[in-house]
Amino acid sequence: MGHPEEASRFLANADRAKWHDQTLWMVRQKRDVATGFVSEWEELRSVASAIKEHTLSRLDDYLTEFESNALLNGIKVHWAENADEHNRIVLGILSRRKIDTLVKSKSILTEECHLNDFLQENGIEVIDTDLGERIVQFAKQPPSHIVMPAIHMKRGEISELFHEKLGTEKGNEDATYLTRAARKHLRDKFLKAKAALTGVNFAIAETGGFVVCTNEGNADMGVHLADVHIASMGIEKLIPRWEDLGVFTRILARSGTGQAITNYTSHFHKPRKGQELHLILVDNGRTKQLGREHFRSSLKCIRCGACMNTCPVYRRSGGFSYKSTVPGPIGSILSPGIDLKKYSSLPFASSLCGSCSDVCPVKINIHDQLYRWRQEIMQHNNGQVQGKIFSRMAGFLLASPFWYRVLSSMVTGISKVFPGALKNSFLVWGNQREFPPVPRQTFRDWFDQNAGKG
Amino acid sequence: MKIGLFIPCYIDQFYPRVGIATHQLLVKLGCDVHYVREQTCCGQPLANSGYEDSSRSCANRFINNFSDFDFTVTPSGSCAYHVRHHYDFIQQTSDVVHVRNSTLELTEFIVDVLKKPLPKVTFPHKVGLHSGCHGLRGLRLAAASETKESAFNKVEELLNAVDGLELVYPERLDECCGFGGTFSVKEEKVSVAMGNDRIHGFLEKDVAYITSADMSCLMHLDGLIRRQGLLVQVVHVAEILNESVYGAS
Repeated sequence: MGHPEEASRFLANADRAKWHDQTLWMVRQKRDVATGFVSEWEELRSVASAIKEHTLSRLDDYLTEFESNALLNGIKVHWAENADEHNRIVLGILSRRKIDTLVKSKSILTEECHLNDFLQENGIEVIDTDLGERIVQFAKQPPSHIVMPAIHMKRGEISELFHEKLGTEKGNEDATYLTRAARKHLRDKFLKAKAALTGVNFAIAETGGFVVCTNEGNADMGVHLADVHIASMGIEKLIPRWEDLGVFTRILARSGTGQAITNYTSHFHKPRKGQELHLILVDNGRTKQLGREHFRSSLKCIRCGACMNTCPVYRRSGGFSYKSTVPGPIGSILSPGIDLKKYSSLPFASSLCGSCSDVCPVKINIHDQLYRWRQEIMQHNNGQVQGKIFSRMAGFLLASPFWYRVLSSMVTGISKVFPGALKNSFLVWGNQREFPPVPRQTFRDWFDQNAGKG
Repeated sequence: MKIGLFIPCYIDQFYPRVGIATHQLLVKLGCDVHYVREQTCCGQPLANSGYEDSSRSCANRFINNFSDFDFTVTPSGSCAYHVRHHYDFIQQTSDVVHVRNSTLELTEFIVDVLKKPLPKVTFPHKVGLHSGCHGLRGLRLAAASETKESAFNKVEELLNAVDGLELVYPERLDECCGFGGTFSVKEEKVSVAMGNDRIHGFLEKDVAYITSADMSCLMHLDGLIRRQGLLVQVVHVAEILNESVYGAS
């Protein structure tokens, strides 16, 4: 099933769809308020975009600079070409230390690599420690949003889930009560875990260090208690200098949730005494995307989620309708690069309104890339011969004044003889909308009779 | 100054009154307006569906039709945006560059090029302004709510000069109406949900009319309004400025 079918399913529950739309719209409004306090907001976006573009233009240099500085700091650096290599590296680190439990803070990259499934198949227990992620893990679901993974679930459903998994009181939907229960459960896991995995928001070539941003402090809780810290990062997370970081910490939370800054912005440079610190640099298709001229700049993404919150389609179709790790507008330009056929409906899941591009803190021209992917998909989609033939015919007819007139008089003529004909022939349009009434004369007829004379 | 008038295919067919209002308004403003009878479609419906390549002859036809004019003016933000922004898939001859630079949406032509006061018109009604996305974020007819640019709105500027017109916006200032060309049928359910939300945003403000510089958005909204028998009417900005709104007092 493609996006339209999945979206229809989500919209079938009108109340939930409306609630989902309003909840995320509220986040967009918070973002508007938070960014409104920064008078140089547009300048910040330009600078952030320029830094990322520059970094991508010499990513190889910065990666090697980062690696050598990280090594000097005592970090063990690994390179993974794809998801499988990444997962095996993680398993290898855990196996060497005979560790069978891993606490994990939020990392969309590990979702992309399907790390949890892989580790569990290999006998490792994985505990997601971000509250939203723990909820979807309990529910055996993927995240539906990259910043708010359980945003599709209502409090009642979470209460039900916690009752089943954590033994909370049945029917108690008090948010503080439920959060405290989760905290107690997670603290127990943190205390027992010997290894912690985190994502990486920003890695700095100049220092060989990296930064993890969370709101719950769960990354720190895991890392500070564990003997082994594994950090996984996509190779595009790099920025050149220490002084560049401030630009990004200022835009990330404001764009994503409307906070001035994430509650925790944790800097890691070297392992603490007796700890092992591993960093895995993952490609998994990023180099390929870097090689695609029109789509290269999608790698500027800092995963703030603002384009999801603003997208009128995402808000009404839900994150699962995209069936890709990263949903929403940014996911719709990243995913076709991973599997063109599987994700071919995503670039069409947009009215091309452009709100995503205007809200993006690193100025990715998302709507332009959606348009561009549509061209790629139709060119490569050899299965759809009909569409190609139809488009060629339409292109020919619409470019010819003669045929354009013939078609035009057919529309007018048919509707004069059979007033209801148009309503039936444009079935989908007419499901819930009236067709425009066909006037007695076209503009051109009017022009010929009136203005065109003399 | 020679002006070529581009009447988009769906306006020619379904909303000639918008084409007529545009033509009459430009004449009233003293423009030397020409209507090239060989004009067809700009090719946007094909290109937005991923068939840019098949729309090549539409684009070339457009360039041939309008290369002799100082400006090409159209009452559609969406078509103007397509010509200006997407016509890089045909060879960039001097004609192509000229037409792309000089194709303007009606209200930006009046505000940015003519810079003339409009003839005095009256429209004593509560009117909601819908900003079509291609005009808004594509042509920057106004500052979009996402950006932190200082506020401006070219369409509003013109409507503010209309006597008796009370202009209002829905609470979600400039959210998309959900038309999006073929999106309206490919993603019908989402499109309709977006359209209904948009309409209710206006109804909450108790408007008698919804206006826009883009008739395609209004075609979608009007289809929903008439199917549901709602008490609100759509009208293109040109009709208000030309004082030719059908059935209005």
